Amino acid sequence: MQTHPSSESLPPLVSTLISPLPKPPMEALLSTLTRRLVARRPDLIRRLGDVVRVPIAIVPDDLPHAFLLSLDPDTSRVRICDKSRIGDASAIVRAPFLVLLGLLDGTYDGDALFFSRDLRIEGRTEHVLALRNTLEEADLTPGAFFGLGGRSADWVNALSDRLLGQVRAYAQKSKPAAGSARHLS
Amino acid sequence: MELVCPAGTPAALRAAADAGADAIYCGFANETNARNFPGLNFTREDLADGVDHAHRKGSKVLVAINTFARAGSVGLWTEAVDTAARCGADAIIAADLAVLDHAASNHPDLRLHLSVQAAANTPEAIRFYAETFGVKRVVLPRVLSVPEIAALNKEIEVEMEVFVFGGLCVMTEGRCSLSSYATGKSPNLTGVCSPPDHVDYHEDPSGKLLARLGGFTIDRFEAGQAAGYPTLCKGQFSAEGKTGYLFEDPVSLNAFEFLGDLAQAGVTALKIEGRQRGKAYIAGVVSAFRKAVDSLSGGGDPKPAIAALKAFSEGGRETAGSYKKTWR
Repeated sequence: MQTHPSSESLPPLVSTLISPLPKPPMEALLSTLTRRLVARRPDLIRRLGDVVRVPIAIVPDDLPHAFLLSLDPDTSRVRICDKSRIGDASAIVRAPFLVLLGLLDGTYDGDALFFSRDLRIEGRTEHVLALRNTLEEADLTPGAFFGLGGRSADWVNALSDRLLGQVRAYAQKSKPAAGSARHLS
Repeated sequence: MELVCPAGTPAALRAAADAGADAIYCGFANETNARNFPGLNFTREDLADGVDHAHRKGSKVLVAINTFARAGSVGLWTEAVDTAARCGADAIIAADLAVLDHAASNHPDLRLHLSVQAAANTPEAIRFYAETFGVKRVVLPRVLSVPEIAALNKEIEVEMEVFVFGGLCVMTEGRCSLSSYATGKSPNLTGVCSPPDHVDYHEDPSGKLLARLGGFTIDRFEAGQAAGYPTLCKGQFSAEGKTGYLFEDPVSLNAFEFLGDLAQAGVTALKIEGRQRGKAYIAGVVSAFRKAVDSLSGGGDPKPAIAALKAFSEGGRETAGSYKKTWR
């Protein structure tokens, strides 16, 4: 299986550093932030349609864990699990972490990532599509995800843009020569 | 020429308006529009807000109500027309006679565009829609060459809109039943070509990707090979001892090189396909074609921006489609 697409993979050191971190605090933080986002944007739940409460696994190729995302109006949660124990996910989305982030914030087009094979999906295609289209509409910024507004949101967004830009530039530089990365915007 | 751009979500509509669309087309989240995919499309409130936003940015909003109504149950379609009119849409795009009749009879000030789904490609057919319903523009099927479009223009009074970028239907739209054959659902009636609930992908340990539609394996992509949409018209088939793409390769339309010729042929509007695509696609394609259209009247060089669009293309490849019928 193609575990590391050629585009924008994080250096292996990142995975090594993240691997021993305890999962419960990360799960609690991500679940809380996700629940707050859904509470602020009830339109996203409507747009999700049949995918409400359906667990979808997000699997970054270059991180040690998978994220099992389940969205609903009251009990949205993010579980972190081993990639080999994804369990009851209705669909699985695989890509390098930076590619997944780019999909989340609208930097990348999902279809183009699929064409280039940087993004792979398994399971219920309609669930992946509903989630992808809902995230497109969410217009997520880091500031919005953390529930910030005004100048603090602007500051966090600008900072994360800078950081992500640097990380992406580093990943692009260090990718294999035969790579097929598609930086699309 | 007017640049007509897609929007599957309100966020995409805003991206299209920001990128310089003259008009933006979108549809409701039901089977009245031919992009009836999960998570896509507009509610009545979304459309009203979208029209406000687009108008503030100087863009028009065209609402695609372009599937064919169910026999004996046209209510959903006529209600969609009424809603579009109430929301201030600048035009509706329709193909069904009942939908066109309802719009013409009840909303005489609402501009009507004939959808590509009507497959109107003769002067007689186009004149019928214009004379009967007051249709002002026809969206031409993607099966005509530039000389054929020019010849058609001489015989009709209505505006012509043609596709210039995006997914390429190689069949005569509105008459294609391939998706129905495999899944029981079609773009014509349910608004979905290759409905995603009938699509699945399987990648084996070697990286080979199998694309299946309705249980049929319709294509196989080797590890690292660019993939395409799971549509039957771009699947591989075995016939007479040969296996290959029988109808069309996985490839996207890019008619940039023909913009000048299309203008000379009398084309009024250029359409970008892709209501199912993300904001990155909308922003990239719309801004590139904005530059391209502006360059026809002396703007800057659009070629670098157009060249970058290849990354958005199905199978990583582009074609001029029927505008240049090299196979003839």
